[in-house]
Amino acid sequence: MGKAAGVRRILQEPLASRAKMFMRSGILVAGLAGLLLMFAAGRLNAQSECLACHGDQTMQDANGHSIAVDGKTFGESIHGSLQCNDCHTNIKEYPHPEQVAKVECKSCHADEAKGLAGSVHADSAEHPCTSCHGNAHTIFPKADSRSAVYPLNVPKTCGNCHGTEGMAKKHGLASVYPLYVDSIHGFALSNEGLLVAANCQSCHGSHHILSHTNPESPTYKTNIPKTCGSCHAKINDDYEMGIHGKAVAAGNLKAPVCTDCHTAHAILQPTEAAFRMQSTPICGSCHKDQLSTYRDTFHSQLGSLGGYVETARCWDCHGAHQILPASDPRSPINKANLVTTCGKCHAGANLSFVQYQPHANAHDRKLNPALYFVRLFMNVLLIGTLAFFLIHTILWLIRARYNQIKKKSTDGGKDA
Amino acid sequence: MPDLEPTVATTTKTGGRFFTRFTRQQRYMHAVLFTTFLGLAGTGLPLRFSESIWARGLARGVGGFGAILFFHKLCAVVLTIAFLIHLKEIFTRGIVHREMGVFWGSNSMVANWKDAKDLFGHLRWFVGLGPKPNFDRYAYWEKFDYWAVFWGMIVIGFSGYAMWFAPFFAHFLPGWALNAVLVIHSEEGLLAILFIFSIHFVNTHLRPDSFPMDMVVFTGVESEEEFKLKRPLEYERLKREGKLEGRLGEAPQTWLINFSRVVGTIAIVIGLTLLVLTLTAYFS
Repeated sequence: MGKAAGVRRILQEPLASRAKMFMRSGILVAGLAGLLLMFAAGRLNAQSECLACHGDQTMQDANGHSIAVDGKTFGESIHGSLQCNDCHTNIKEYPHPEQVAKVECKSCHADEAKGLAGSVHADSAEHPCTSCHGNAHTIFPKADSRSAVYPLNVPKTCGNCHGTEGMAKKHGLASVYPLYVDSIHGFALSNEGLLVAANCQSCHGSHHILSHTNPESPTYKTNIPKTCGSCHAKINDDYEMGIHGKAVAAGNLKAPVCTDCHTAHAILQPTEAAFRMQSTPICGSCHKDQLSTYRDTFHSQLGSLGGYVETARCWDCHGAHQILPASDPRSPINKANLVTTCGKCHAGANLSFVQYQPHANAHDRKLNPALYFVRLFMNVLLIGTLAFFLIHTILWLIRARYNQIKKKSTDGGKDA
Repeated sequence: MPDLEPTVATTTKTGGRFFTRFTRQQRYMHAVLFTTFLGLAGTGLPLRFSESIWARGLARGVGGFGAILFFHKLCAVVLTIAFLIHLKEIFTRGIVHREMGVFWGSNSMVANWKDAKDLFGHLRWFVGLGPKPNFDRYAYWEKFDYWAVFWGMIVIGFSGYAMWFAPFFAHFLPGWALNAVLVIHSEEGLLAILFIFSIHFVNTHLRPDSFPMDMVVFTGVESEEEFKLKRPLEYERLKREGKLEGRLGEAPQTWLINFSRVVGTIAIVIGLTLLVLTLTAYFS
């Protein structure tokens, strides 16, 4: 540290501010300037000097790797004002050593390096900076559409690894990129070019990405509402007031957060047929009894068949985010609100109509006695009628066939 | 052994006399009934077993569930109209024209003591404990078919309309009834489907005496031999009363027989297919 680092820092400043610094500082600057001159005497200064060789786009090292640099693009890039040996620090003169020192981005980007060190991408051999930021000589600010981390390019950049089956084999991670691309976020990003659409790093962060099992991760179960809520603020407010939000806040990890219903990557537009078709089993994965009684109703029977998705799904009646118990006067399934809730689909719904029980159980004699006996009567009628006539008709068939054969034999088989 | 058996026509299939059993209107009524019934069954079953794969396939096949529901309601309305026409017919004949035979006697659909005796007699004959009963114009199983449809029409129809116009029916039905109508509709519908596609098909069409199908409901006429064999009491009575000739009909034309065979075969095939699907869905 000390002098060498100080020099480097000064070297990183643009020329104009470097000049300003020289003017502002007194003796120290003079001293430093002296040192600088000493070094400058033997060193390569301008990019043009390096590009004299490395500008040749066919230039390769002994191993056949390209060591060419496109001077024009590099000049436009975020590092365009730096000298080559600001990064390639062991090259000070020409000819330079055959072995070039490894470039350490963290010598300038210390915060990012620190974040990365504790993250899932900590292994720098497997995840060098360039794996996300691209070719070191063509790095652009993230607001520049040429940048690999420009919002519209992020999914593709992450997808380079997280879109392959190799990830699944090596780390047990699902190939999420294809799921994301077809999601409402992916669609908004790729089709509409919405810069605000959630991309990978909106939820996962960028350098300090943590596993969803880490309680500090924005994708840890209890942090998810806040993460999604950073864009979907109103929905998060509703959710926190609802029974699921309260349960999660109270530490019940069985209660669902956003991703349990919407999934993490393959998020669909909830009004879309595909989501309406898949939403009921999701609620039913916890609310098994309710799913079973729902399955017995016309809502479910109609709704299970593709192409008719309008029939009531769980959240059409219960609400989606601010789900409240029926006893709560704000709940859409509170007695006082039923006419309105049912009336959303059933024009003319009245007080008598809303006595319909969407979760009636015809097998429960105590809860639904009338329905229980109606079902019992219908079953006895069905089984009784069919059983009697099955026996009747089978016997008849046998007898009639017997007579026919007997007759044929007396006819000498004429009618066979 | 029943004395009628040996007399059964080994006579020629050509040249015999034909007698009218059903009027043109009755035949049309049956055609409307079985067409709409097949439609209702074909569109109702996917709903009843909406979890099964074939139900979803069928729904997709006709353009999603919106289309299935439309066809179901369309068939229901047509069948309702047919039923109302039938009721009006009974009313005109029985009440207006005081034709008591509609309600009582050998030409009536109303069950009587003889039907009970026939049922037990028939059962005894099945197991070889007695002679085969001689049937009149309408045998007990035919009357049962008629009243099963009559009752089913009211029960299924009412529960169906109660679901279709639930907010309206809610004005005078208790809350639990709205739950009950679905149970009633689907169970009674299932009974109707299972009964028609197994019992009615066999009793009327597929049993050895009629195999592969009884054409009388399509052509309206049956041969003298068939008449004598199947409904000896009616035949003898008409003969005794000298009314037999009044019932003489024309031999059915070839095109009508062929047409009826095609239509009947299609109906039976559709019915049996639905029966198999229903049974697989029910027991899986």
